[in-house]
Amino acid sequence: MSKTNSPDAEHDYSGGLAVIAADKIQDPGLEPHRVRMTDKSKKHEKAASRQVTAMFVASAIGSAFAIYAYFAFPLTDDLGSVRNNTVLLGLGITLGLLGIGIGAVHWAKTLMPDNEVSEPRHQTRGSEEVRARAIEIIKLADSESGFSRRKLIRRSLYGALALFPLPAIMLFGDLGPNPGDTLRHTMWKKGTRLAKDPTGTPIKASDVTIGSVFHVIPEGLADLEHHKLEEKAKAAVLLVRLDPADIKESEERKTWSYDGIVAYSKICTHVGCPVALYEQHTHHLLCPCHQSTFDVTDACKVVFGPASRPLPQLPITVDAEGYLIAQSDFTEPVGPSFWER
Amino acid sequence: MAFMKKSNGSRRSPFAAVLVIAAGLALTGGGYAATTAAVAETAAPAAADAAQLDTGHKLFLANCASCHGKNAEGTNNAPSLIGVGAASVEFQVDSGRMPAQASGPQIQKKYPQFTADQIDAMAAWVATLAPGPAIPTDAQLEANGNATRGGELFRINCAMCHNAVGAGGALTEGKYAPSLVGVPADHIYEAMLTGPQNMPVFNDANLTPADKKDIITYLKYVESNPSAGGYELGNLGPVAEGLFIWIFGLGLIVAITIWLGAKSN
Repeated sequence: MSKTNSPDAEHDYSGGLAVIAADKIQDPGLEPHRVRMTDKSKKHEKAASRQVTAMFVASAIGSAFAIYAYFAFPLTDDLGSVRNNTVLLGLGITLGLLGIGIGAVHWAKTLMPDNEVSEPRHQTRGSEEVRARAIEIIKLADSESGFSRRKLIRRSLYGALALFPLPAIMLFGDLGPNPGDTLRHTMWKKGTRLAKDPTGTPIKASDVTIGSVFHVIPEGLADLEHHKLEEKAKAAVLLVRLDPADIKESEERKTWSYDGIVAYSKICTHVGCPVALYEQHTHHLLCPCHQSTFDVTDACKVVFGPASRPLPQLPITVDAEGYLIAQSDFTEPVGPSFWER
Repeated sequence: MAFMKKSNGSRRSPFAAVLVIAAGLALTGGGYAATTAAVAETAAPAAADAAQLDTGHKLFLANCASCHGKNAEGTNNAPSLIGVGAASVEFQVDSGRMPAQASGPQIQKKYPQFTADQIDAMAAWVATLAPGPAIPTDAQLEANGNATRGGELFRINCAMCHNAVGAGGALTEGKYAPSLVGVPADHIYEAMLTGPQNMPVFNDANLTPADKKDIITYLKYVESNPSAGGYELGNLGPVAEGLFIWIFGLGLIVAITIWLGAKSN
């Protein structure tokens, strides 16, 4: 666009870091000026002027309406009032701002002068005099402050600057401590009763009929004072009763179920969503986040989706009163993978 | 008329015979048309169990036995109905899922094929086969429980499939959890109790009748109260909302940008 970019001016100055290619495609120059309707006819000009005014008036009405809506649709205990209040207040403010914006742009486009103007770019490099003057100022500052001469001051300043960021690095330590082995253990231990979520009522084996699904927490979790959610996030279990004939059990897991009742961790081994969409007839457990599907009859192996490991099984049995209890904690870490796993 | 004679022979009390005739007349008089309702209404309350059971058995043989077996013992095409209880029959038939229209990943809802009395008769007959869940009473279905508690129970036990406000959701291989909006309270209760199709069972030890009442209260509360956050877009969450804002929100921004850059003519 500008004259200084043309090839013959190339050797007159340095372009700094900018790469200046010889202009192989010749500068086509400006497009021919097109005369607007608003310049040609008084009628169009008047119409445009009315439209701009109308936008500004609409904006004023919108703002006034927002104030009206705030008082006319107050927030009450009724949830529906929140909706009316937000929607109407928002519409008023939107109209208030949009009216000003559209009006201003329309005004500039239709009524203000639209002659094309070109302005040459400045050179990046300063003139010789300006550069010499800058060096002079730096030298003067150095001699007046004594920065080069006073070595002790200079070195102590370097030392101070080097130490300054260290406290910030120390504060990063507060992001820890490392989880230790907390990711490997849950609240379950030998003899913990299986209880209903959220009440914490213990579950009897006889309560779990075929086709039932119980959402289970360890007994005592509901009464925890601290870290309740952390414990729940690790210990949540899904309890299902199947026809014992349907279950494929490995030798070592034969004793982990009780009369067709099996308990599996509810935390997906992919990224830790609660896997709880149980299909009674297919015996598939589906994770709602990424559609990982686990086969409850076959040790919750992954039959579809991105999960890489089966859901960990909680070994269960019954106590003397007929309540379901855990035989131990999970035998492997629950939930998604982590570095040390 | 033929089956009426047959059943007549199997009854000893003349009183019962009169009632059988009354019930038979009620049934045949209306045929399979919806107009039976008015006629049956007069006969059914007075009908003894025997007559109702007989009607139920007949209806079962005519409409269900081809898949479920003559004695409801089940076949390769359909499960046994022994022990499913009256609640299961009312849910399946009154919601129109049974008799099934077509096989597929999931039996679809349709307009119910039988009147309330016919359904009661079938339910009564199936209930005699073996003990099973009974039809809930009106008091159990009233939506006057604790909606807050119901909401918590719903989120723990139901929301993963049916969505946090009961809008429904997808399962595997073409199956889905249906929307619960507009589903009558008795169907919700019976579905929890019996676990139709792939839905698990929530027996009274898992969700007590009071829990079930609270869940119904919550669903009816959600249904009758507008969403505080503005338009629901089907309550489907990020998919529907994302699609809307990508198409309409971004579309509007693109349109304004083009208008800003265009010269006025």
